Amino acid sequence: MLKRIRHQIAVFFTVIGPGFITAMVDNDAGGIFTYSQAGARFGYLSLWTLIPIAVLLVVTQEMNARMGAVTGKGLSDLIREEFGLRITFLVMVLLVLTNFTNVMANFAGVAGSLELFSVPRPVSVPLAALLVWLLVVKGTYRSVEKIFLGACVFYVSYVISALLIEPDWEQALASSVQPVVMLDPAYITLLIGMVGTSIAPWMQFYLQAAVVEKGISEREYAESRIEVIVGCVTMVVIAFFIIVACAGAIWSHGPRDIEDAAQAAQALRPFGRYAFLLFSAGLFNASMFAASILPLSTAYSVCEGLGFEAGVNKGFREAPIFYWLYTLLIVLGAGVILIPGFPLVRMILLSQVLNGVLLPLVLIFMVLLVNKRELMGRWVNSRAQNAVAWLAVVILIGLTLALVGITLRDMTG
Amino acid sequence: MAELVFFTELVGLRVYDLRGRRIGRVADAALVPLIDASRLDRYLVGGGWAWLTVRYDQIRSISLDGIQLQDERLTPYHDDEYMLRIGRDLLDQQIIDVDGRKVVRVNDVTFEIRREGGAEVLRVLEVDVGLRSILRRLLQGVLPPRWIRRLQRPIAPNSIRWEHCNIVEPDPLRRLRLNISYSMLEKLHPADLADIVEELGPEERESIFESIDSEVAADTLSEVDPKMQASILESLEAEKAAEIVEEMAPDEAADALAELEEETSREILEEMDAEPKAEVRELLDFPEDSAGGLMNTEYVALHENATVADAVDALKGNEELLESLSTLFLIDADGVLKGAVPLGKLFVAPASAALRELAAPTLIAVRAGDRRDRVMEIFDKYNLLNLPVVDEEGRLAGVITADDVISVLRQD
Repeated sequence: MLKRIRHQIAVFFTVIGPGFITAMVDNDAGGIFTYSQAGARFGYLSLWTLIPIAVLLVVTQEMNARMGAVTGKGLSDLIREEFGLRITFLVMVLLVLTNFTNVMANFAGVAGSLELFSVPRPVSVPLAALLVWLLVVKGTYRSVEKIFLGACVFYVSYVISALLIEPDWEQALASSVQPVVMLDPAYITLLIGMVGTSIAPWMQFYLQAAVVEKGISEREYAESRIEVIVGCVTMVVIAFFIIVACAGAIWSHGPRDIEDAAQAAQALRPFGRYAFLLFSAGLFNASMFAASILPLSTAYSVCEGLGFEAGVNKGFREAPIFYWLYTLLIVLGAGVILIPGFPLVRMILLSQVLNGVLLPLVLIFMVLLVNKRELMGRWVNSRAQNAVAWLAVVILIGLTLALVGITLRDMTG
Repeated sequence: MAELVFFTELVGLRVYDLRGRRIGRVADAALVPLIDASRLDRYLVGGGWAWLTVRYDQIRSISLDGIQLQDERLTPYHDDEYMLRIGRDLLDQQIIDVDGRKVVRVNDVTFEIRREGGAEVLRVLEVDVGLRSILRRLLQGVLPPRWIRRLQRPIAPNSIRWEHCNIVEPDPLRRLRLNISYSMLEKLHPADLADIVEELGPEERESIFESIDSEVAADTLSEVDPKMQASILESLEAEKAAEIVEEMAPDEAADALAELEEETSREILEEMDAEPKAEVRELLDFPEDSAGGLMNTEYVALHENATVADAVDALKGNEELLESLSTLFLIDADGVLKGAVPLGKLFVAPASAALRELAAPTLIAVRAGDRRDRVMEIFDKYNLLNLPVVDEEGRLAGVITADDVISVLRQD
């Protein structure tokens, strides 16, 4: 029995990576902003959404991990094989566009967080871009994954900075399990935004590809599923601390809106040097992390789906399209941040809309794929799994479309 | 030059009967590989609400303007297991490019129009990958074929000759019916084949290892990532797995078996022949991170009093080792290691010379229980290609070669 458990733990460590990294990158610059805003404006009220978010995340991510382990193929591979080139192309175009705006948002996060340490943009952004680019071009899958796992550890900074602020823990815990719905449009928008930013199409592609790349097979699937669940839970725990930190630091002194995550960090200054430093360092870490993964994952998915050579382990000559796409996403994503007066906020709003188009497509494809017996064999969804999966898909599509509606209203209004 | 037509153009082409009436449009087309590996045998034509089958010899001519029949007795379409349908079974799927030694995804197929026995037939010429064929697929049915041909001209073609394409089919019965064999894969370098199987899904992987020659399978398996090795061996029948493991170098076989669950590994060992089984069992007893866990038992050892002529005779009996052999070991009657002779020295010494005279001045060896780090250190310090391993009594137990060391370094 003990041996069995020890074996399980050993296997768990060999499969650790994909689920954890995916979930942590989900707390990128955009995510941190949304959670900071939630805390700053509504205090502890929105905390209850985190548990349902974790459930939705686990339901969708588990299907990806399962498909990756059983079929040994990435999501874009499967979409291509089952739904043909045209649909794949459409999905890939949308994926490139949404991910591109995400890359921009994260380079903006890098710029914002380093400005807090008075590093000017023209220095920080090109350096960050170069670093990100080199990481993949010079790295191997193993070394890159180790660096990414290292980056995961730094999310602890949010936990510590929340502890330093000494928020109202009792209220925080109570709010976490007590749903509050108000018919305040700003509040509803925020709730939808929280769900919307936490489940993004790139995650499905990245997670499945990473499971395949790591060589996780059916027999390690049980451990891989645990890893996915642990990752998702850790992600919402971090989100919890971000919201609580901002609730304690900003909302309790007067609820207000913030414009970006860097502003939230600024507001932490009165609580001591470390609270501020840790929060800003966390933002920098998260932005860099996402800015590295998003271009990589995009280039992978596109090349896989359209049948071009891809891979960190291949050279520039072997996989030119892979490297070009990767390089362009970084160069353009970082470049526009340096253009004064670039309508970044508008672009990010636009990406929400694209996201809203892409996510339903991807989720529906996923549930269809995971139910194909010729692909999944005995690993197809059970009836109960299907009920939960479709429910999650319907909820997510509903909320995403609602977010699109709100965004379009804001953009035109 | 013969005229070409792409599958994307063939689909949607109008089919006319003898009096020039339109019957329908081509929906798909199929090869029957057991009859002919490259000739399109049947055209599936959608007209009204059922598909009709047109046999290749019922066609008079084929061009971008349409297909003219010379025999209009058509039968309704029914699926049969001997058909490889281009649209359904080939397009968008992964195949192996044996010439380019990689896995590719099929975007389109190029046919050659040939006149054979009074009929125009289509023969598969190439499978298209890359941007040019993606463009065709995207524009298919949106623009007329001739426009698409003009648009694609600036893009360089990227195609694989049909003879170099190897389809992968996990179902063994269907493999027989479609006349698919993996014999072309057996001619690839094992390291290339290993890269290829790593890119395929588990079922396809299993099907390849199941059907290729055990020796090639063993060489290939040795090159595959250790974790994947385990899942491949586990997916195979114990008997087939044992056949492959027997062909592997004992140290690699032991490493592969050590990765497996105990029960599977025992099952495989039971199926193995006595001799390789004993060797592998012995190696399995050493902890993985010791010198004993790294070493293999494939070496040539001679008595310390042997001559160059004896050595040459011994090598004649061990031809399969020659490819990677660089050192001969000298042992006494009890098997205690006494010296190491670089193989090259044999060429310049007279046949009667004693091997002892040719031995390297210092004998470097490690004990089976020594830690892996120490092995690395010694390899590095003395710039070795191989390192003998001895047991407690100083008897030669095995040898660690540089390629084992490189694998370990790559894993860390």
